Amino acid sequence: MTAKVITVASGKGGVGKTTTVANIAVALAARGQKVTCIDGDIGLRNLDVVLGLENRIVYDLVDVIEGRCRLRQAMIRDKRLSELYLIPAAQTRDKTAVSPSDMVRLCDELRTEVDWIIIDSPAGIERGFKNAVAAADRVLVMTNPEVSAVRDADRVIGLLEADGKGPASLIINRLNPAMVKRGDMLSVEDVLDLLAIDLIGIVPEDENVIVASNKGQPLALDDKSKAGQAFQHIARRLLGEKVPFQDFNTPNVFQRLLGRK
Amino acid sequence: MMSFLFGRKKSANNAKERLQLVLIHDRTDLTPAELEALKDDLIATISRHIDIDPMAVRINMAQEGREQRLVADIPLKSATRRRAR
Repeated sequence: MTAKVITVASGKGGVGKTTTVANIAVALAARGQKVTCIDGDIGLRNLDVVLGLENRIVYDLVDVIEGRCRLRQAMIRDKRLSELYLIPAAQTRDKTAVSPSDMVRLCDELRTEVDWIIIDSPAGIERGFKNAVAAADRVLVMTNPEVSAVRDADRVIGLLEADGKGPASLIINRLNPAMVKRGDMLSVEDVLDLLAIDLIGIVPEDENVIVASNKGQPLALDDKSKAGQAFQHIARRLLGEKVPFQDFNTPNVFQRLLGRK
Repeated sequence: MMSFLFGRKKSANNAKERLQLVLIHDRTDLTPAELEALKDDLIATISRHIDIDPMAVRINMAQEGREQRLVADIPLKSATRRRAR
């Protein structure tokens, strides 16, 4: 096996990176792929709780890098999907405990074991971000249709280009179709005009995302959730499938009466 | 009612226009003041060689994909004198 290394980055915090990493990983694993996700946010780990694996952590990323355990020992197997693993971030250390070359070495070792390595980058454009993208074959830049998130995404895209890491692909998260329709939210087309990179996913705003993280069960397996479907589409596009982008126009009256969003 | 609806400027348009300007400056690392200074220098330099009307000069940043371009439109006042070289 030679894994593809995918890093999810955004610049701005709170746009949905961790949720997206968890859901893409789950969606790939559900399609029979062997996946390891790595929480790159040292000191502020969260991918474990989103995946519902927080009680199983023994070793973390820094333990592997500093030689206190073998790579295998830090890989926590998911409860539901036997081909999904998490390497959690250290909680009591900071970004300086890891260097970009450490990440390249770790991913090179892991590449032979799995099909996909999905790395959750911390917010910002400093050391943690550089660590997270160091080993990436492909970077997915996340944004929300909102001025500060788009501006920060542009910075990240520019840095990746300057570093020869481009071209990045864009995920637009938390799109609210009703707001777009009434002209109070940047549309997908607006964001693509501004950022001028390829799109790989549009994820609509969906309350189920919070319900899912409350339970520690990513919703990518839930076919009824719109966000869950969108994450599945991203996973399928990563696998090379041509999946048309969904049209998230506001529900018609009939759908509203049925109580479906 | 209709005029009220159409009269309100959509905030998304506002966001897009503001972002377009902000991104130009983020990408080029030029503040609006520095861009103005660049234009003045450019006009002064060109004026030393050719007769131009500074008021007619248009120098702007344009975006083409992720590429930024400095586009200058500089109408010459009279080219006849120069042509007889």
